[in-house]
Amino acid sequence: MMRLPRFEFRAPRKLEEAARILAGEGTAALPLAGGTDLLPNMKRRQQVPRTLVSLRRVEALRENEIGPAGSRLGACLTPAEIAGDLRFRNGLTALWQAASQVATPQIRNQATLGGNICLDTRCNYYDQNYEWRKSIGFCLKKDGTTCWVAPGSPKCLAVSSTDTAPALLALGARVRLVSHSSEREVPLSALYDNDGIHYMRKMPDELLAEVLLDSLHGWKSTYWKLRRRGSFDFPVLSVAAAVRFSNQGVVEEARIVVGSVASRPLIAEEAEKFLRGRSLNQEAIAECARLAARVAKPLDNTDFDMSWRKRVTTQFVSYALQELRGDDLQSERTRWTHLALPF
Amino acid sequence: MGFGRHMPKQKEWPDLPVKDSPADAEALRVIGVSRRRIDARAKVTGQTRFADDISLPRIAYCKLLRSPHPHALIKRIDVSRAFAHPGVYLVLTGKDLPIRYGILPVSQDEQALCTDHVRHVGDPVAAVIAREELTAFEALDLIDVQYEILTTISDPQQALETPEPRIHDYGEEGNIHKRIALEFGNVEDGFAEADEIFEDTFFYEGSTHLAIEQHAALATKDPEGKLTIWSCTQTPHYLHRALAKVLEMPPAHIRVIATPNGGGFGGKSEPFPHEMIVAKAALLLDRPVKICLTREEVFYCHRGRHPVLMKFKTGVKKDGSITSMQLQTLVDGGAYGSYGVASAFYTGALQTTTYHIPRYRFQACRTFTNKPPCGPKRGHGTVQPRFGQEIQLDKIAEKLEIDPAELRLRIVESPNTLTANFLTLGTVGLAECLRRVVRSSGWNEKFRKLPEGHGVGLACSAYLTGAGLPIYWNNMPHSGVQLKLDRGGGVTVFCGASEIGQGSDDVLAAIVAEVLGIDTFDVRVYTGDTDLGPVDLGSYSSRVTLMAGNAALQAAERARAMLAEAVSKRFEVPQHRLRFVQKHVFDSAAPERRVSFPEAICLAEAQFGTIGTVGSYTPPKSSALYKGGGVGPSPTYSYTAAVVEAVVDPVTGWVTVPKVWIAHDIGRALNPPLVRGQIEGGVYMGLGEALMEEQEFRRLPKKLSHALVHKFPSILEYKSPTALDMPEVVTELIEDPDPRGPFGAKEVGQGPLLPVMPAVANAVYDAVGVRIDEVPITPEKIVKALAEKKAGRAPRFGPSHFPPIHWPEALRVPPPWEGGDGQAVNDVRRQKKPDAEKEKVSAS
Amino acid sequence: MTLNGEEVDVFFASYKTLLEVLREDLGHTGTKHGCELGECGACAVLLDGKPVLSCLVLALECDGRNVMTVEGLAADGNLHPLQEAFADLGAAQCGYCTPAILVTAKALLDENAHPSRDQIREALSGNLCRCTGYQQIFEAVEAAVVRIAEQRNQLT
Repeated sequence: MMRLPRFEFRAPRKLEEAARILAGEGTAALPLAGGTDLLPNMKRRQQVPRTLVSLRRVEALRENEIGPAGSRLGACLTPAEIAGDLRFRNGLTALWQAASQVATPQIRNQATLGGNICLDTRCNYYDQNYEWRKSIGFCLKKDGTTCWVAPGSPKCLAVSSTDTAPALLALGARVRLVSHSSEREVPLSALYDNDGIHYMRKMPDELLAEVLLDSLHGWKSTYWKLRRRGSFDFPVLSVAAAVRFSNQGVVEEARIVVGSVASRPLIAEEAEKFLRGRSLNQEAIAECARLAARVAKPLDNTDFDMSWRKRVTTQFVSYALQELRGDDLQSERTRWTHLALPF
Repeated sequence: MGFGRHMPKQKEWPDLPVKDSPADAEALRVIGVSRRRIDARAKVTGQTRFADDISLPRIAYCKLLRSPHPHALIKRIDVSRAFAHPGVYLVLTGKDLPIRYGILPVSQDEQALCTDHVRHVGDPVAAVIAREELTAFEALDLIDVQYEILTTISDPQQALETPEPRIHDYGEEGNIHKRIALEFGNVEDGFAEADEIFEDTFFYEGSTHLAIEQHAALATKDPEGKLTIWSCTQTPHYLHRALAKVLEMPPAHIRVIATPNGGGFGGKSEPFPHEMIVAKAALLLDRPVKICLTREEVFYCHRGRHPVLMKFKTGVKKDGSITSMQLQTLVDGGAYGSYGVASAFYTGALQTTTYHIPRYRFQACRTFTNKPPCGPKRGHGTVQPRFGQEIQLDKIAEKLEIDPAELRLRIVESPNTLTANFLTLGTVGLAECLRRVVRSSGWNEKFRKLPEGHGVGLACSAYLTGAGLPIYWNNMPHSGVQLKLDRGGGVTVFCGASEIGQGSDDVLAAIVAEVLGIDTFDVRVYTGDTDLGPVDLGSYSSRVTLMAGNAALQAAERARAMLAEAVSKRFEVPQHRLRFVQKHVFDSAAPERRVSFPEAICLAEAQFGTIGTVGSYTPPKSSALYKGGGVGPSPTYSYTAAVVEAVVDPVTGWVTVPKVWIAHDIGRALNPPLVRGQIEGGVYMGLGEALMEEQEFRRLPKKLSHALVHKFPSILEYKSPTALDMPEVVTELIEDPDPRGPFGAKEVGQGPLLPVMPAVANAVYDAVGVRIDEVPITPEKIVKALAEKKAGRAPRFGPSHFPPIHWPEALRVPPPWEGGDGQAVNDVRRQKKPDAEKEKVSAS
Repeated sequence: MTLNGEEVDVFFASYKTLLEVLREDLGHTGTKHGCELGECGACAVLLDGKPVLSCLVLALECDGRNVMTVEGLAADGNLHPLQEAFADLGAAQCGYCTPAILVTAKALLDENAHPSRDQIREALSGNLCRCTGYQQIFEAVEAAVVRIAEQRNQLT
């Protein structure tokens, strides 16, 4: 069986202590929250930290406040806790749906929101065991020099595979990053870069401590995930959409995010702009879907044929917008996810 | 299904009958009753000892270094740094285990560790044995291997075009492993007679077994100094033979214990390198050595479904009857022989068992390629051509304007007959299976009548109940059972069969309990241990229920006869009046004259001496006497019909299967919940293959790399349906007992898988009007086919090209109705008496 | 930690996961493994009452916590109704995925005494089985639901 590599283990009780250890150890240390991404990576020798800094005992990371005026979510909140909490409905529906579809029920009990937001990018050539990667001469992301997805590519094309980030982006989330020396709050969209290796604009010793959401009163949101099976699989395409309607049912504000088609979740700005001031009729939805799909340029680095994934993008944006305007898409949802998730 | 109804009636028994009646004499009290299987309690309490659960003091752990290259020569191995690593006890390389072995006598082409030639990524090259598994893993990196890269051969097409370098220096020529050409009757005559001729090409992608339990083995030198090895093998006897050969030890000094398999499906039915290696290491170190393969390594062991390209040419009359069939298959064998020669024969052998085919020509070509070797996976080689045949029949039905179910009903083969290729059929319940699924699925109201995007598809199949010939040529029984009867009333069953989850242990206990009138809880079963039980060839080809079952039946009846004789003497009543019921033996004319079962044993022991009986089973001689006729014969065949409902989104091609109806001709269900479980499990695995499973390989750009790697050797990326993906399955059993099976039972472990994939394909056609002539049937293929349809071209996705192959001259075997005797009329080799050991190609 | 209701002390190599310590250092081999990467569910145990994958839990993180494995399902010498139902209704064939499914199902029933078929499916969606096709597993869980309710009624 596969075994973890040897490591040293630290278990701080305070956020400051954790940050201090990370700063001291440098890149030889990695924070350990749920471990559901890090431990497999370690077993496959994709990540081999000398020191693991467990965040389990840091109570502050599990605190949260959820309310109509806004929410503060501790980074160690689990997807199961989000999925099971009725307060994550109405405006926050997209987050609830995203969290409910992460991996499997057991993993949802162990994984964390922060871990999912910082999820390592994935690729057919990278998420493989050590021996396999050795037999292809490794890859650009780890120990090699060629990106096998597109051998001419100067940058890594590994895919963003987080469920919660697209949803949070559609909800306008911010994050609080804490390091030994400082603290900052940034919009979640500023945290990501479209690069498979350097996909997070954060220092190695910065800990994502909290997710902040403003009031979503008047908003409706939704999240659609494409994967081969009803569970286990990472998203190979996702669409998160959130809309605030005027009293007349016209779109005042819209956020549309397409996930897992690049190294970061992509914001479909053109599509968002198009929707503003319109009502969600068939033509508007179709045109918006077409514009949103333009940002999707999936590559052959995940399950499913890449041109087919692009085709589904249009379909999913349509579904999302239809749902937001109030249509009942339960049967479509069940067919695609194999599970009825009430909207 | 109420839980209460199925509580085991272990302690509640109906009252003794007052008077003898024919019904009582016939009534079965164990067989056919829904019962808790004998190993269930151990399984639900986590006490079943799987191979990796076993540990011994001073245990050492083994890890294997595997080739990173798909095709290369080993120029040099230096293990000195690994050997010097703290905690490492031993490092082995090819020179320590050079003797070749293999499951088939005709392809003994494997070495436990490659000496000089590696043939696929994952081919084992060295072994490190250390105190901790992690230490052994760390030491692997300290082994230096120098390779000389050879041309990578990725697929059969390339294998045909690339005779050099040879992956093996045996086989027909170049990288062609085996070619087969058999003709039963003149097919051209049949085509001339036909009203319509259909030519179709299909492709069936490879898939793997994906048993949840990874392969594991633990070997030790036992206290007496002999070798004992526990391994999750389906075939302890064949492993026993291979170990003796490779280790150059007398088999009498080797004990193989097949642990209960955490799933096998054909993936654990031959000797593996890791078993040889831990055995050797345990002997050298005189300490227990264990190995447990990682999931990725299991993908490299593989022995899964051969990818097969098929070309069918079928002639039919307007009424649907078949005049001629010609089938050509191109089989991707992977890097080693495995069961492959048999697999290649299987890609043609069983086509004649379902519908009457008066003239049949079959040609097959298996090539080697630089990928993990293919072998037997549930359905073994018959799955692929069944897929093609059932879809083609659907196309034929459409053209002839006959309902697909009706068409099949018209041409179903007859029971107790010989097929064109001299397979002897037993009972044939296919017609009834068809009628049942048609009725239960509402076929007539749905077929071609559902709204766009919704469809139903139908398919049938047959499968053998145990291969009629053993892997190695011999005249001995295929299965043996020994019974020991204890004075206390306990009965112990010893048999070499191995429990792989299918319930074979329970079958043995049930048969014995039924005959002796006791409870399965009174029976202890010891299986899979070469020291304890007589040889059973193993759990493959669905042979255990029929063969080990018949052996158990014979042993139990012999025991019963001895007890009856002793009791009859005691009461001075004729033996035929005695009944064995409810742990008693009593006189049916006067039930108060009775003894308990233990008392009966004591009476018998007093009369005969120590009691013990044996039973054995050898299949009847086959009529397929031609060379190659060793694959296909079976004591009898099971039949299955399935209807699948599919929902297809015409825009995205997204496919879902909401429901499956399946009817299986099982002869007799020995334990209904277990039978149902096999059927539903077969449907599950069939849906996996139909929709999402792919053993696919990635050839990196040739200019940049020679790499040929498995695309996703993980249980995440190799997709197997989850609890959410599984539809509702409605199962029907057709029970028309076949006297060839114990209590009339036929197989159920493999047959129900076969019709599912073609039924899905046929359902997709009914839903959106496109043919996907390959598996897996995925959304992007449907989208492409729909685009073709829209453009006015053939509405299909699938292969159109079958490469030209230089076929050998066909062995011509006149079918029975042309006066044939099962022999070829033009077999040059039969002129001289062939050495049976070398010539006979044995079956799986 | 507390294992199946009893406090245990154990020494182990620090790189080991909870799965490895359970199987190798505590002799509790009931919990199985099929991938060690969190991709099959065979290693599920209950950690503080919640189903988790023990192959992805560091043993070091289990100090002072409560672990339940299949070995702890039976109580007072009787099998848990789930175990009885699985045994009787064909829900275990090879039995390899069974321990993980049993503990996961137990956690479901502890939280929801009357789950619908859909809820059972979802709760078990993280456990792969290659033998059964799941249907008899669902039926066994449903049968256990009935039996547990009967037992509760008998007590009151």
